[in-house]
Amino acid sequence: MYDLTIIGGGVIGGSILRNLSRYDLKICLLEKEDDVCMGQSKANSGIVHAGFDAAVGSLKAKFNVLGNEMMPDFAKELGVKYVNNGSLVVAFSFEEMKTLEELRERGIKNGVKGLEILDREELVNKEPNISDEAVGALFAPTGGIVCPYELTIAAIGNAMDNGAVLITNFDVCKIDGEFGNFTVYSQDGQKVETKAVINCAGLGGQKIAELVGDDYIKLGGRKGEYILLDRESGDFVSHTLFFTPTAKGKGILVSQTVDKNIILGPTAEEVSDGDTSTSADGLNSVIEKANKMCKNVPLYNTITSFAGVRAYSDRHDFIIEESKNKKGVIHCVGIESPGLTSAPAIAKYVTENLVDKLFDLREKKDFNPIRKPDYFFKNLSDDEKNEIIKTSPEYGHIICRCEQITEGEIIRAVKENPPAKNIDAVKRRTRAGMGRCQGGFCQPQVAEIIAETLGIPLTEVTKSGKGSNLVLERTK
Amino acid sequence: MMNYDIVVIGGGPAGLAAAISAYDSGAKNILILEREDKLGGILNQCIHNGFGLTRFKESLSGPEYAYRFIEEVKNRDIDVFLNTTVISLSKDKKVTAINSENGVFTVKAKAIILAMGCRERSRGALNIAGSRPAGIYSAGTAQKYVNIKGYMPGKSVVILGSGDIGLIMARRMTLEGAKVHAVCEIMPYSSGLKRNIVQCLDDFGIPLYLNHTITKIEGKERVTAVEISEVDEKRKPIKGTEMRFECDTVLFSVGLIPENELTKNAGISLSNRTRGAIVSQNRETDVPGIFACGNVLHVHDLVDFVSEESELAGKSAADYVINGEKEHNSVNCINGKNISYVLPQKIDTDLEENVKVFFRVSGTFKNCTFKLSCGDKVIIERKKKIAVPGEMETLLITSDKLKEIDGDLTLSLEGA
Repeated sequence: MYDLTIIGGGVIGGSILRNLSRYDLKICLLEKEDDVCMGQSKANSGIVHAGFDAAVGSLKAKFNVLGNEMMPDFAKELGVKYVNNGSLVVAFSFEEMKTLEELRERGIKNGVKGLEILDREELVNKEPNISDEAVGALFAPTGGIVCPYELTIAAIGNAMDNGAVLITNFDVCKIDGEFGNFTVYSQDGQKVETKAVINCAGLGGQKIAELVGDDYIKLGGRKGEYILLDRESGDFVSHTLFFTPTAKGKGILVSQTVDKNIILGPTAEEVSDGDTSTSADGLNSVIEKANKMCKNVPLYNTITSFAGVRAYSDRHDFIIEESKNKKGVIHCVGIESPGLTSAPAIAKYVTENLVDKLFDLREKKDFNPIRKPDYFFKNLSDDEKNEIIKTSPEYGHIICRCEQITEGEIIRAVKENPPAKNIDAVKRRTRAGMGRCQGGFCQPQVAEIIAETLGIPLTEVTKSGKGSNLVLERTK
Repeated sequence: MMNYDIVVIGGGPAGLAAAISAYDSGAKNILILEREDKLGGILNQCIHNGFGLTRFKESLSGPEYAYRFIEEVKNRDIDVFLNTTVISLSKDKKVTAINSENGVFTVKAKAIILAMGCRERSRGALNIAGSRPAGIYSAGTAQKYVNIKGYMPGKSVVILGSGDIGLIMARRMTLEGAKVHAVCEIMPYSSGLKRNIVQCLDDFGIPLYLNHTITKIEGKERVTAVEISEVDEKRKPIKGTEMRFECDTVLFSVGLIPENELTKNAGISLSNRTRGAIVSQNRETDVPGIFACGNVLHVHDLVDFVSEESELAGKSAADYVINGEKEHNSVNCINGKNISYVLPQKIDTDLEENVKVFFRVSGTFKNCTFKLSCGDKVIIERKKKIAVPGEMETLLITSDKLKEIDGDLTLSLEGA
């Protein structure tokens, strides 16, 4: 019997799991896919928002500003790259400059520090490739960037290192019982007994709420398409560039990522399911808007495009509360942007204000907050590298040539918490296959390393879980 | 730090031929660095025949072609490090590499030959819409699975792009029992060799849809279908022309890109036409003592020409090591009308030897004329019945013609 079971292995579930792993509790994370971080947490902009955007007094505003302050230490402990690159909201007319003033006021009310209005010259100094049409910008020095899947994986990995249990391929279909004695069932007949449940199921959050009789939680899905450019163009912009929000929405952003790629997007399209297909119209609109924001966008360096679906609530704010019907159930759903930024703050709040009401929280003496990043080798000095190769020669064997990832790092990702069991899982942990050839060269080798390390035949290695096998059978 | 006269980066067909030629031209202290566990490069997975027709006047498979060169390397005192990846290259010719045995190590060379080959353009680079399930491979990756690993990546296939590897894989997958529904090519012509279209598609009844592209990939876990559409002159899909094929695999053969990360690393100038280094006729880059050859320089149709070019680079590197840096009296060679690229981009005019110019045309042309001119002066004119982008063209400038050159050269295709 677990004390707490979290449903959903995204950044919110992962951050809560990690925070709860500080305490003397038996905790478990249920994830319906083959790996953690398979929903909106893996396909978003990776922005640590400053917090000027959310409505004054909203949960979004509160957790955004708190989360922004917590993120540098949170990322550092977990060995995740975080860069305080600063954000710029760019105005293209004098009306928009007025909107920036309003944004600045709102930001100040939300507690955002250092907001500053820049004129065109100051903007061009910061971003030489900005469009000739841009007239000024709101500069938010506390804005940052982080890798969303690295953060989620690291949070869950660190929680597991501290005793938390992860069960993947567990698609929750039924929840029975009461506080102190719930049973959670999966589609394929597994069950987990737990005293309390935290619903962090992202797009599936409404379904999970309905399973405990909470039909008042209403979520929708919004798809966002992105284009990613090669690291070769990584210096094209250094800040995160937003359009000035209008009645029509926020538009797309142009930003550097922590890995020095350039990300363009997202679009915003209402979708009824979790379909993450990209569309020609969507990608064209990303291109068109990126070209409005900047001049000479190096689109020839496109390496991939993708889409994610973000769940939002009909309250247009986060839902972070106890169930109205069922004691022992906590909902953390409708966590759209700035959810990634807010994650550490939400985790702290849920622990100290909601879980605290259900359990007597006693801190573990042996909690270790530190996690070593999955890929680290190429950033070491030559002497450090040689020291490792001496005892582990597999670190001398580069598998992914584009990102210079070694066999040692791939084996480590397959073995450590949370274990990578498929090609995409290895990619998210190590970056093998994430470079300019997109795995064209290394995928067969990565597949073999996974097969060998897990002791399974190559035909059972998948791209991203059940049904996505890479090869079908032996040749004749 | 290790010291070598010549370090060859890459042990594929280019690196092998360059090393042999450098050795035979008098350089003796030569090292080949190869990232795979054997020499031969991509030839190892090209088990079809058709290699060597020009060079050996016989049709060899890829591994057979490679074997002849590997044996030649073994017969000479040339050092080879396998499973060794070069991680950086500096202008002063220091090569830093890594392997399991030596760890990270640096080699100082008097001359360097770049022979890293090329990579395939991926689906991601094309912004093809749809989902991202399993079953999407570049043709070369599929070829590795089938020919090297011995596994079938799929049974029901649509191929985008009619590059040679795509054509070869259409036949290969068919021979292994898969159904290849279609090969689509966005251009009005194939970028592959004519003989491959005949032998790999026509002979197996596989339809080639010119002016078509994939407009959507479907499937959640695994590819379930693709939609293809006809495109207009601007290569934009035409609404209403969609065709849907149920399939489990999509292969991409949409172009090869020279792998020049190390070249850029060393500060060598690249051509935005070939995406390889800018070289003079001896295949020397603009960093003296660093040479380039094979597909890292420009993408070749036939390995026979790779070998020829690499022998030239090897000989030049040996000459550099033995006789030192030479002064160049060179002019630029520029691509003119209807020509997509020319190589070499720089030609020394004070040579006592012939210079072969390689180039590609930018469309399909009939009864046209290649014209190499120097200002208003036409140096060479040659008639051509048919010219296509898929087949590399050459033009020979003899040493006496070189003497007529007194300024930059422009190569153009006229009368089209």
